[in-house]
Amino acid sequence: MTPPDIILKAEDIHKSFGSVEVLKGISLAARNHDVISILGSSGSGKSTFLRCLNFLETPTSGKVTVHGEEILVKNGKPQNARHIEAIRARLGMVFQQFNLWTHRTVLENVMEGPIQVKGEPKAEARSKAEAFLKRVGLEERMHMYPSQLSGGQQQRVAIARALAMEPDAILFDEPTSALDPELVGEVLKVMQDLAAEGRTMIVVTHEMGFAREVSSEVVFLHEGRIAEQGPPGEMFTNPKTEEFRRFIAKAM
Amino acid sequence: MFELFSYGDAGWGDEILRGLAITVQLAIVTLPVGLFLGFLAAAASMSRLLPLRLLGFGYTTVMRGLPEILTLFVVYNGAGLLINAVLQWWAPEAAPTDFSPFAAGVVALGMVFGAFAAEVLRGAFQSLDSGQAEAGRAIGMTERQIFLRIRLPQVWRFALPGLGNLWINMLKDTALVSVIALDDLMRMTKVAVGVTKQPFTFYLLACLIYWAMCVLSELVLGQMERRANRGIRRA
Ligand SMILES: Nc1ncnc2c1ncn2[C@@H]1O[C@H](COP(=O)(O)OP(=O)(O)OP(=O)(O)O)[C@@H](O)[C@H]1O
Ligand SMILES: [Mg+2]
Repeated sequence: MTPPDIILKAEDIHKSFGSVEVLKGISLAARNHDVISILGSSGSGKSTFLRCLNFLETPTSGKVTVHGEEILVKNGKPQNARHIEAIRARLGMVFQQFNLWTHRTVLENVMEGPIQVKGEPKAEARSKAEAFLKRVGLEERMHMYPSQLSGGQQQRVAIARALAMEPDAILFDEPTSALDPELVGEVLKVMQDLAAEGRTMIVVTHEMGFAREVSSEVVFLHEGRIAEQGPPGEMFTNPKTEEFRRFIAKAM
Repeated sequence: MFELFSYGDAGWGDEILRGLAITVQLAIVTLPVGLFLGFLAAAASMSRLLPLRLLGFGYTTVMRGLPEILTLFVVYNGAGLLINAVLQWWAPEAAPTDFSPFAAGVVALGMVFGAFAAEVLRGAFQSLDSGQAEAGRAIGMTERQIFLRIRLPQVWRFALPGLGNLWINMLKDTALVSVIALDDLMRMTKVAVGVTKQPFTFYLLACLIYWAMCVLSELVLGQMERRANRGIRRA
């Protein structure tokens, strides 16, 4: 049923915390090379939705399909929970707070997943890790610990760590929101390069420039629902809903 | 004066040294037992299952409420009775055996250490940044890998200072086993005092030895803490 170039599909995702329904039925499909920006005001459910895609939050109900592996959730119980780790290994994730492992060097951070999860031989994982660190411009820092790097550098390492898993798609949860303003650019630059090389990305962001210039599709969440969705050019010049109009007026 | 401490029949040097060896052995054997119990009790008290939580908390409150020496007596006498009861039932013709004072010391001190260590470990696990485990989860690591490769290595940073204090307390508490006739440093010192009637000399010597062990421990612990904090503070 799923067209072959659809990498990730979420169908009718609901999520409640206690009695509060935070996601009220969200569906989204990402094809190969898509860069989808998810926008929305604080509390609209952006992070929760992103985290439901790799089951860091378990949806209350819905279905997530990654690369043909399908997980159906009913009443908060995933039907084939065994696939969760496989799905996670195929979806990279970059966090707002970087979450690099503090007790490991930059190089070890990047090698960990390939060795432990994919079972790659150490030498292979190492040469690949070095290549990915070079890719984000940090090969010279590879023997340092995360605490010795700036926030922007840490986030670039986190991106290299995600890339090292050779994922089908990468999820970003406000990757630049914890950074000092002067460090935002270096991270956005790396993300822009990834988009240009055809990586599939789903990005929760407050960076209107990125959403507008880089993404192929914009999704605007409002109170747990998709209020508006489409190509950025159209959406930004001609917002259809009052909510999105107000949102961009405030953000610009 | 110096022949008091000399080796051989005339002096007390060899007896004191043998006592010291017992004390050190007792502490070193107790440590892994105590840590093991501590991890078990910490895991129980953080469990999702209520009976396990009650068991974990019950163990820690009981052990922390009892004077160490009472724990030691209960273990020494109680375990001796228990062993002999089992032995009677298993092999009625066997002669009753004694629970060795050393084993009793390890069990009793280990149980006390474990109860306090459980509290230290529980606090340490709870102060870990949840984002660290989440990053492992997001990459597809199993919960077991996350525990062994992320949480466990990181928990030492928070647990080491507390566990270090417990180790030093336990090292000193080994002196309690002298009351159940284990020939440790404390008991050998008392014996020497009894024979030579020189309490000041021998007690001072014992003080110096216990103190030296603490200083040595603190040096090693300081080194371990620096290692555990590697990458946390700026170099
Ligand atoms: N673990 C949780 N327990 C209870 N409520 C939660 C939890 N996580 C999120 N929520 C609630 O769900 C709603 C959506 O949160 P979410 O973090 O997804 O918003 P967001 O769109 O990412 O906001 P922001 O822009 O501030 O990051 C909020 O009202 C939040 O308080
Ligand atoms: Mg968020």
